[in-house]
Amino acid sequence: MTEARIAAGIGIAALIALPAVLPTYFLHILIQALLLGLIYTAWGFMGRFGLVSLGHGAFMGVGAYTSALLWNLYGVTPWLGMPAGMALAVALALVIGYPCFHLRIVGHYFALVTLALGQVVALLIIAGRDITGGSLGMTPRAVGTSVIAFQFQNRAQFYFVALALWLGVLGIRAWISRGMRRAALEAIGEDETAAEAAGINVLREKLWVFVMSAAVTAAGGSVFAQYIMYLNPETVSGVGVSLQIVFAAIAGGMYSALGPTVGALLTLSLTEGLRVLFGTNFIGAANTIYGVLLILFIIFMPRGILGVVESWLRRRPQPQAAPAE
Amino acid sequence: MDIYLLEAVMNGIMLGGLLALLALGLNLIFGVIDVVWICYAELVMAGMYAVYWLHAVYAWPFILACAAAVALVALFGVVLHRLIIEPILGSAPINQLLATGGMLFFLQSFATLLFGTDFRNVGIRLPVIELGDIDLSFARLLAFVAAILGAAGLYLFLAKTFLGTAIRAISQDREIMGLMGVDPRRIYLITSAIGGGLAGLAACLLVLQYDVHPFIGLTFGPITFMICVLGGLGNMFGGVIAAFIMSLIISIVGYYFSVELSYVLAFMLFIVLILVRPQGILGR
Repeated sequence: MTEARIAAGIGIAALIALPAVLPTYFLHILIQALLLGLIYTAWGFMGRFGLVSLGHGAFMGVGAYTSALLWNLYGVTPWLGMPAGMALAVALALVIGYPCFHLRIVGHYFALVTLALGQVVALLIIAGRDITGGSLGMTPRAVGTSVIAFQFQNRAQFYFVALALWLGVLGIRAWISRGMRRAALEAIGEDETAAEAAGINVLREKLWVFVMSAAVTAAGGSVFAQYIMYLNPETVSGVGVSLQIVFAAIAGGMYSALGPTVGALLTLSLTEGLRVLFGTNFIGAANTIYGVLLILFIIFMPRGILGVVESWLRRRPQPQAAPAE
Repeated sequence: MDIYLLEAVMNGIMLGGLLALLALGLNLIFGVIDVVWICYAELVMAGMYAVYWLHAVYAWPFILACAAAVALVALFGVVLHRLIIEPILGSAPINQLLATGGMLFFLQSFATLLFGTDFRNVGIRLPVIELGDIDLSFARLLAFVAAILGAAGLYLFLAKTFLGTAIRAISQDREIMGLMGVDPRRIYLITSAIGGGLAGLAACLLVLQYDVHPFIGLTFGPITFMICVLGGLGNMFGGVIAAFIMSLIISIVGYYFSVELSYVLAFMLFIVLILVRPQGILGR
């Protein structure tokens, strides 16, 4: 394990040193990758235990709009708006999650319930156009660089904020993956009845991981909107966003700690690369490729890019070892 | 009774016919192959584009364009099954849902790439029928009647023909049917073709009422899934009932408040109902 520690240390040091050498444009991409990466990672908290949500756009939207609206309407600092959005997302997750898990709504039924939830939130944002700007979107009131307003004109400053948050979310993921809790969740993912019989409180464990995922997604949505300084139901909520989250997490590899972030990097560089190459002539090109890739990933490598890389790395030094999970 | 409310109710009933047709195709696929085509509404979008190009651009007669669109989407259904569903038929159901989710992304953005985000109108203006004080759109009435005929045709096919019986049998017990000499693979392909054909039929009817654009699938795709689940996934009769319940809610609430709120209410009702009756409204 020490090798991994050293690698992680070097990695973090490199990430901290990066703003000094990276051009602004790439820093901009990297900030987005970190923020979206932490949202995708949060989706993976539950996704990797078979709890597939197609409505995480709901939590992202709740987080983003709560803090932005509190700031614009009442001048409440996003430092309070963010926890408020997280609390709202947690409440939403409890309202949906408790009955779902209590009544054993699993698999694609659960996925469809969350899809409906995502629709409800996106439509409410559109219906509340008097205060949210509806489909036209809204911008948080800009005040230049201000810690209180959570606005940083200097990208390097925002980069460190994003990096700290991202590391925090990886920490949460590691915490979830430790010990009994992980074993319990894995057992639930395999067979709920058997897990229940083995003395696991299925309802509590599932609810707990759903709530964690919702809260982190809301926080991520809030910070992401704060960075882009523009909120639109299509970009921070809605079905499109929800599916984007699922795709990126799966493509990168939701079973690996860094997988979802790799997914975020992949999707961002695909979008940006095509934009730079073709300009705006081929608006749908990036998503067309996403779609094909998603299908190929599901069919040929459901463990994602990092999942495949990890199994290669594991196989080479000790070929006799069974693939551990 | 308020005349406008009555009009909203009539429109709701006619919308219900269309939604029922959509739900029917999806339910057939689910009941027989046990997969959810989450890209179903995008197949409809593809069909709408086919009608638009053949009729409005290449000036084919509308009926011929429709027939071609139905055949095209049916073929698409077969290809979808063959290329995407078949390789992962044995893996977790959620994987199949996600793979067709990739198809949804692909179709939406490929349409954007090919046709841009313009709203395109097929250019057929059908008259408005005046029934006393109520105005009824002929396009909607036509859609309603065609949807009901389509549903009846499907029912007769499933109930009366040998092939239909085989399809129903395999949806009841897929292991045994192989032993009875039915080739499940062939049945799946035929079912996919019928499901695709129904999406094509819905496309021909929708193109008379709505402009085509790459994201039109999102406006009625999610509601179609909700309807199928409410009716009990795979339960075709339940799907038809649920389609009318949902469409009435949408049109009546839409009349009193706003369209968005009517959908919000429909989705919330879905969440509540699935929690109360996960087996569907007609389930045991």
